[in-house]
Amino acid sequence: MSDTVLTLDNIHVRFPLNRNWRGHPRAWAHALNGVDLTVRRGETLGVVGESGCGKTTLAQVLLSLQQPTQGQLRWSRQSGRPNVQIVFQDPQSSLDPRLPVWRIITEPSYVKGQTAEAAMRAHAARLAEQVGLAPQSLNRYPHEFSGGQRQRIAIARALASSPDVIVLDEPTSALDISVQAQIINLLFSLQREHQLTYILISHNVSVIRHMSNRIAVMYLGQIVELGETATVLAQRRHPYTRMLLDAVPVLGTPLPHTDVAAIPELPGNRVLPQGCFFLDRCAYRMQGCGQRQSLTSVPAGASAHCVRCHRFDHDEFDGK
Amino acid sequence: MMPARQSDTMLNAATTPPLGQAAVPVLDIDNLYLEFPVYKGAIRALNGVSIQVMPGEIVGIVGESGSGKSVTAMMSMRLIPENSYRVRTGSIRKSGRNILQASEKEMRHIRGKDMAMIFQEPMTALNPTMKVGRQITDLIRRHTSLSAGQAREHAIALLRDMHIADPVQIFDAYPFELSGGMRQRIMIALAFSCEPSLLIADEPTTALDVTVQKQVLMLLRERARKTGTAILLITHDMAVVSQFCERVYVMYAGSVVEQGITAQVIDRPAHPYTRGLLGGLPENAEPGAPLQAIAGQVPNLADLPGGCAFRNRCPLQGEPCSQIPPLMPLADQPGHSVACWMTAGEAAHV
Repeated sequence: MSDTVLTLDNIHVRFPLNRNWRGHPRAWAHALNGVDLTVRRGETLGVVGESGCGKTTLAQVLLSLQQPTQGQLRWSRQSGRPNVQIVFQDPQSSLDPRLPVWRIITEPSYVKGQTAEAAMRAHAARLAEQVGLAPQSLNRYPHEFSGGQRQRIAIARALASSPDVIVLDEPTSALDISVQAQIINLLFSLQREHQLTYILISHNVSVIRHMSNRIAVMYLGQIVELGETATVLAQRRHPYTRMLLDAVPVLGTPLPHTDVAAIPELPGNRVLPQGCFFLDRCAYRMQGCGQRQSLTSVPAGASAHCVRCHRFDHDEFDGK
Repeated sequence: MMPARQSDTMLNAATTPPLGQAAVPVLDIDNLYLEFPVYKGAIRALNGVSIQVMPGEIVGIVGESGSGKSVTAMMSMRLIPENSYRVRTGSIRKSGRNILQASEKEMRHIRGKDMAMIFQEPMTALNPTMKVGRQITDLIRRHTSLSAGQAREHAIALLRDMHIADPVQIFDAYPFELSGGMRQRIMIALAFSCEPSLLIADEPTTALDVTVQKQVLMLLRERARKTGTAILLITHDMAVVSQFCERVYVMYAGSVVEQGITAQVIDRPAHPYTRGLLGGLPENAEPGAPLQAIAGQVPNLADLPGGCAFRNRCPLQGEPCSQIPPLMPLADQPGHSVACWMTAGEAAHV
């Protein structure tokens, strides 16, 4: 359970903007600003944050679709190339409309050299059964399926090459609630059967809470809090974690009757703040917050729970 | 208050009944059957929908895609192309006036003035080639007799009401220069610019982050309270409804299956579909435990099975379900009614 599949070491990604006449970028969008993360075999790691916090860039780095401008991605696999698959948010646009389902599902193994049609069809039928698709539907095309079934096809495709890690990028946010429950149950049972490792990227805290063993809260391209899901959600050490979780609507709890505050805006990632990235929005800021904060474990020495805030052990945070 | 605002309120007073009179619902949809003719048949999008919104009330419609919630909203504004649908029976009344019989010219006068709408994706709802301020003043000048200068002042005051820090600067910005939350606030400013008596919000926060969503909902509620506007919120998110709405209608396959005060519906759901929806939420389950998914899929609206539309997915189905159930009030819970033969009587002793 605890052996490491993958280590991210101080990953930075920045994108050039507005090149000048010589082709040199005049500005940068800083998407990831030093992400350190280890992924353990067989776990579900939830990555949560608002739009623009770098969740998707992180997924791209994991899939080697994006090379980090700085930092390293280390796979623990000794031989061969690491095998990562992804399930995208929108199954409509992530399945090739011109391929029959059996070809879509076996595309990863086709790319790896398995080309005998009979073998591919048999493989597709096995996978379809695992994800709850009728085997007789394998000759159909994606448009003939509902959203939930399309997501099942995408999951079957991700399973096809027995990947080390499956990245789930908002796997249920395009689905209706009743279908969402079916897909979440399916992902769980597949994980149990095949000891899969999931990296679940979502802005939906309820889904993350339900599915992940560990959770990483991202803000402006950094991880601000990382730890066991139950611990992070109960302790909420980082002020941003607190703000994010407080905003999640809870069944049966009416909106607070306080005045409307000025709506918080995520700071742009063109020019990074000098000190702590959360400084401008933080209610707990004090002297010393003008310094860059690093991801520190709490309590000191243990590594289970890390927070990027130097006030994490302040009195105000205790007992809550 | 600004003079611009006052003249606006006076214009509006003609359409809102004075206090003391029996309140006429701002929106009264009565037994509406609507279908879209297609090749060899019809998609039966609404099958006997009745929805009432009283003045100043905040009402929610929840349902999954294909349940007819958006069609209901679009139809209330008559935004569906005229020759693409057929109303079999039923009526839609806006403050007593039949919307289905109004001419397009009359509708243009009602839209934006008497009733306004907010859409899910503010980027596609705003005109990308026009500055934000111009879009607001256009609407104000279309519906009131304010001069260009007064309209500008009114628009800036509206933006300030949206808790926008520098309204003058935003007034001269294009939509693409603004963040999603800011654009949705512009939409809200637009919707409230003529102080409508009804605001229809179709998934207004689905494209927004939770931190922004909370503020946008609070803002909507604050503006509605100030102007006395009723809100019809359309969403698929049960948690948002439970936070924001006083009453809720649950829709399934083009019919209202349950209706009542939000807290009652959430705490003691009577329809098996509502129970399934709530049971399937990850926040209602132990982390890691299997979720109670509703088996099967939403029926095809072009080929609805006879009887209760939920029958094939329902754990309680029985003999009477081959008849279409009407909305039946629950004996012990005033204002709470359910369209289910099996639970309408049973819920009394749950």
